[in-house]
Amino acid sequence: MKLTGAEIFIESLKKEGVEYLFGIPGGAIIDLHDALYRQDDIKFILTRHEQAAVHMADGYARATGKPGVVLVTSGPGATNTLTGLATAYMDSVPIVVFTGQVPTPLIGNDAFQEADIVGMSRPCTKYNFLVKDVNDLAITIKKAFHIATTGRPGPVLIDFPKDVQVAKAEFKYPETIHIRGYNPTYHGNPKQIRKVVKAITSAKKPLLYVGGGAIISGAHEEIYKLAKKLQIPVFTTLMGIGAFPEDDELSLGMAGMHGTYRANMAIQYCDLLISIGARFDDRVTGKVSDFAPYAKIVHIDIDPTSISKNIKVDYPLVGDAKLVLQEMLPLFDEYSSVDWKEVRKPWLEQIEKWKNEHKLAYDMQTDEIKPQYVIEKLAELTKDEDPIISTEVGQHQMWVAQFYTFKKPRRLLTSGGLGTMGYGFPAGIGAKFGFEDKPVYVIAGDGSFQMNEQELATIVAYNKAVKTIILNNGYLGMVRQWQQLFYGRRYANTNIEVQPDFVKLAESYGIKARRIRKKEEVEDALRELVAYKGPYLLDVIIAREENVYPMVPAGASLNNMLLT
Amino acid sequence: MKRIYSIIVENHAGVLSRIANLFSARGYNIESLSVAPINEEGLSRMTIVTEGNEQVLEQIGKQLNKLIDVIKVIQFGEEPYVEREMALIKMHTDMNTRAEVLRIVDIFRGKVVDVSHDSYTIEVTGDSDKIDAILSLLEPLGIKELARTGKVAMIREKKR
Ligand SMILES: Cc1ncc(C[n+]2csc(CCOP(=O)(O)OP(=O)(O)O)c2C)c(N)n1
Ligand SMILES: [Mg+2]
Repeated sequence: MKLTGAEIFIESLKKEGVEYLFGIPGGAIIDLHDALYRQDDIKFILTRHEQAAVHMADGYARATGKPGVVLVTSGPGATNTLTGLATAYMDSVPIVVFTGQVPTPLIGNDAFQEADIVGMSRPCTKYNFLVKDVNDLAITIKKAFHIATTGRPGPVLIDFPKDVQVAKAEFKYPETIHIRGYNPTYHGNPKQIRKVVKAITSAKKPLLYVGGGAIISGAHEEIYKLAKKLQIPVFTTLMGIGAFPEDDELSLGMAGMHGTYRANMAIQYCDLLISIGARFDDRVTGKVSDFAPYAKIVHIDIDPTSISKNIKVDYPLVGDAKLVLQEMLPLFDEYSSVDWKEVRKPWLEQIEKWKNEHKLAYDMQTDEIKPQYVIEKLAELTKDEDPIISTEVGQHQMWVAQFYTFKKPRRLLTSGGLGTMGYGFPAGIGAKFGFEDKPVYVIAGDGSFQMNEQELATIVAYNKAVKTIILNNGYLGMVRQWQQLFYGRRYANTNIEVQPDFVKLAESYGIKARRIRKKEEVEDALRELVAYKGPYLLDVIIAREENVYPMVPAGASLNNMLLT
Repeated sequence: MKRIYSIIVENHAGVLSRIANLFSARGYNIESLSVAPINEEGLSRMTIVTEGNEQVLEQIGKQLNKLIDVIKVIQFGEEPYVEREMALIKMHTDMNTRAEVLRIVDIFRGKVVDVSHDSYTIEVTGDSDKIDAILSLLEPLGIKELARTGKVAMIREKKR
């Protein structure tokens, strides 16, 4: 029996196990919505902006590990997805975005609501397709999901013209797919693995550098084993947070521009840096020529282009982090007679010394609310409920990274690579769709929240108990901090005191909300927020000019940290 | 340092744009580019000449390999290879220059492929040095138009 393109679309998504589609309808996808209306397996989540729809799919994907799926109309619907695509692309998040397109005979004619979305999205997708023939539809969808979720994951876009949605074809969904130009390397080269084992066992001051790739590949258990077995201290990047339990004695927290003193110092003095699924981003390395000057570098990554891109690597090892570590771990058995605790003693003592020299700290003797205190309290009150924390971008994002104690992977959702304001709130909503029973907290800045606040409607419409905390400083705080420190306090265009009354705004959607200004209100308000059954928004008026420390100025080397 | 990449790619819309974007997004310059289908169904060969330091060239090679539409990347360098380029050169000619132009074309084993009362169109094939050499000789005699194909290249088979 022949099916229409719209029906093939639905049947294919079912085969892929898709639960939710995020998006907004429009003329070019009305046939798809009509087909969605006539079935119950796939739920369409109606957002209020297409950018937010992509961030929701992204949050769903980061939290669950499953691909997030988006459906938007042609033209403006499609162009509105670009920031979401670029965000997902930078952080290697598997999403599949379907865009409606004008009928194939009109493509290229500047038809109403036509946009060359395939051309526009090419640099911010892992791959994209224009489906011109309904007979290619099923295989294209299969390819899209395959590409999005394998190798180094990423967003894939399918442009889906209106006439293809109504044309008919025999439906047959391929079981497997082979794309001749696409063969990611998963297993490590055994010779290279042995070399790395040798390097690790002979290093005096080894250090693990764990990035987002470790979380994507699910390598956290192997990393834990490796670190514990050989007593190697571990730091993560922003994207790697949660790949190693931050309450472990070997954890140095996050490194880089706003990293801990001990992590940055450890980088500068280690003799072997073992990078797993990280890409030597400038926010981590600081001045490249001064980065880890005494260290040989091991780099395990599934993407060969990440290796030796910014920093010359001594031991490149291409492969999936989890598989490579699984292949590597047994080779350490040979060294089981070694007392690694004893061997590592001087190195770990040195790190302990750095730890005690400068801890992450803030001034507690004030009435004002310090943002760090809010995060610490939240961490304390939620430590047993294993929540998902989603952040926006700015100072508040860094305070979450520094002061919330993450113990598991996929618990922090944050736009690390692109740094997209407006990401965190919708991403948190998306995560809630993935995990009905898990608490989701969104930590937002007052500036970022306003970039996608319209999604308050979405959490009401679907009754999602997303808890939002706005750390409200009336500033585009992160930019203001740079202006204060490096531009003589000239606060050009960073004051955002003109803003909605966030409490009234939330209430206007029927969402419970509260505002606090004093330190002694924090615990009570957080308890209320945590306990409340339903969406909740807490507007926290914080010390306005609080800064994020430590800070390595852009382009400086890691040991040049501003500490207060 | 110059490098020639010969790339076997899927022959469909968007591939050229992906490759061009790979270069432009990173600020690498393409010096020459030629594309045409090969004998295997659905595939084309692109020959790209570019310039950069060792690290840049290594990145370009990896980035090309990473593209899903790229089936194979051959970098010319260590192994012996043959490279050829073709040029069509339209010359202004008059009584005084005709003989000289023909003489030069002959030396370079070129061909005159079109003639008018005041022009010759010349076809010449060879490695890029040869093309450069004939051009420098023809230049003073009045080149009207020039079209070069850009390089194509192939690894030499091992001789026993
Ligand atoms: C879409 C977007 N526009 C601009 C920026 C530049 N930017 C980075 S942080 C920041 C300020 C964020 O302000 P807010 O959300 O209030 O957070 P705060 O730093 O005050 O905690 C800005 C404007 C960005 N990251 N994203
Ligand atoms: Mg702010």
